[in-house]
Amino acid sequence: MTYASDVAALARKDLLLELRAKETLPSMLLFVIAALTIFHFALPNGTSDVAARGLLWAALIFTALLGLTRAFVAEREQSMFDALILTPVDRSAIWLGKAIAVLAFLVAAEIVALPAFAMFFHGLNGRTVAAVALADLGICTVGTLFGAMAVAGRARELLLPLLFLPMAIPIVVGGVGGYLWFLVLYDAIFALLSWAAFEYVVSEV
Amino acid sequence: MHLKLPALAAACTGLFGLAVVFAFFYAPADADQGLSQRIFYFHVPLALTSYACFGWGAWKALKYLRGRDERADLESYVAIHQGVIFGALTLLTGSIWARISWGVWWSWGEDELVLFLVLFLFYCAYFMLRFSVDPGPARANMSAVYALFGVVLIPVSFLAIRLSKQFIHPVVFKLQGPQMTGAQFFTFCVCLAAMLTLFATMYAIELAGKRLDCSLRELKELLS
Amino acid sequence: MIQARALAKRYGDRRVFAGLDVDVPDGGFLLVTGPNGSGKTTLLRVLAGLAAPSAGELQLPPRHTIGYLGHEPLVYRELTPLENLTLFGRLYRLPERGERIGMLLERFGLWEVRHERVSTFSRGMQQRLGLCRVLLHEPTHLLLDEPYNALDAEGAALLDAVFQEHSFEEPRAWVIATHEPQRVDRYATERLAFA
Repeated sequence: MTYASDVAALARKDLLLELRAKETLPSMLLFVIAALTIFHFALPNGTSDVAARGLLWAALIFTALLGLTRAFVAEREQSMFDALILTPVDRSAIWLGKAIAVLAFLVAAEIVALPAFAMFFHGLNGRTVAAVALADLGICTVGTLFGAMAVAGRARELLLPLLFLPMAIPIVVGGVGGYLWFLVLYDAIFALLSWAAFEYVVSEV
Repeated sequence: MHLKLPALAAACTGLFGLAVVFAFFYAPADADQGLSQRIFYFHVPLALTSYACFGWGAWKALKYLRGRDERADLESYVAIHQGVIFGALTLLTGSIWARISWGVWWSWGEDELVLFLVLFLFYCAYFMLRFSVDPGPARANMSAVYALFGVVLIPVSFLAIRLSKQFIHPVVFKLQGPQMTGAQFFTFCVCLAAMLTLFATMYAIELAGKRLDCSLRELKELLS
Repeated sequence: MIQARALAKRYGDRRVFAGLDVDVPDGGFLLVTGPNGSGKTTLLRVLAGLAAPSAGELQLPPRHTIGYLGHEPLVYRELTPLENLTLFGRLYRLPERGERIGMLLERFGLWEVRHERVSTFSRGMQQRLGLCRVLLHEPTHLLLDEPYNALDAEGAALLDAVFQEHSFEEPRAWVIATHEPQRVDRYATERLAFA
């Protein structure tokens, strides 16, 4: 029970920070719409819906990456990991709280992006929406862990895409092909691994 | 350690000579592909050795996370370093093979080749991570976590690549052709043994070098 | 009580300190002095459990008993003092955090600005808020790294009062690192000087 309230307190803090700064979500929204517009011009006329759907996944992954890069900015700039890991909360609660906040931003961006995609390209179906929802879980759980790694390094913004994109390839496969069972499998495996591993990423001891 | 390294190197040289002789002169030529099929005896053992390296690296990573022993961190790093070298060679030989068999330098139809591209990207980022973080327990922790993600990513990616062919490439290439004959299989085993010994030797050499570096720097520190 | 034997810390090849024994009994007050870059901060981070020692034995106290103040005040800049302390009050699971937070903000002269963003504060005000965060959960192991940093005369007097109030009967152990020891020297029961 305390675990849930710890997670809630941490996630609420992140939503509050975003409400104040208004940086992450607006940039994700603008980015995803701009990307879809680029794709309209990148795709030749009369391209199939399947091709457009493939590009949707590319847009979503890069949008998520944008959000993940910003996820730990406050923690990094003000050394807040020091304060957070000294509290008695389980370290994995810090990961879960952050993953929930990132998920909220990503879903918010998609609530705009998916209808926009449907209007622009007519390639949206129920299965894709379900796949996007499942993929979001995998993206946010793994991405949050790797985001915490990336902010520890000197390269930071540069490092996260390098770490994360190879991990995102199976998500794209599952998403484009609509293999929902595969996405569930991916989410289960890597969410569990991220949950167990986060402690080692933020704490030396 | 002092005795093991020369012995390993000798075994490696011997096995490699044997492997070359077997692969080019002993193994019967393939009915369909002729001479070019012989790259199989190097390509596949390279790939398997690369898996072994990543697996060993992850095992050492797990050991590090359990005991926080600095040596395990170094061992994990060296194993993954070797894995990336063998992986790059796998990509190279695979590409040559694709050129000979199908006339293209790259084929998305070959699962293993695509998987190695993904793994190559993943493990190159491992080095970026390591070089970007200052040495110490934090870096060792992160490297270990990343190495563990790597071994889990291997089967998941493999499954994903298999799945992807159903919608990207409906045609499935038949790579293996007919079953290996006894002589072919024996040659393959010799080549695999040679490759694994090569890994063990290079691993031992790099590790010894890195450890020497460390002790030298510690010595310098003490003297200053 | 804080105890460590033969503590050593290296960063890569660089040795920060080695063979350090630290003994701070309950009610004890360890004053760590030395010039910038001599290892004071690293020692405090090791004692707080934020950095792993390279060698030696260290019995870490339970996390909720540690109050650590670093170079940064360790508060979110985009949140208000009240929001910051409420967050940490929740994470430390303080039962009556409202009262305690109000009392601390009052005491450190931040009550009037409790609804303003920390990013608009001067460095000295942020340091005061950092001290509030450290004292919030009534820790019994206090590790303060340059606590007088950036404080004005009034803020420094408030911190002096914290030290004066503490009685040696309390089961509290203090470790203070500073490069200007004269302000707290009279409280010190143990001393450690880095060269």
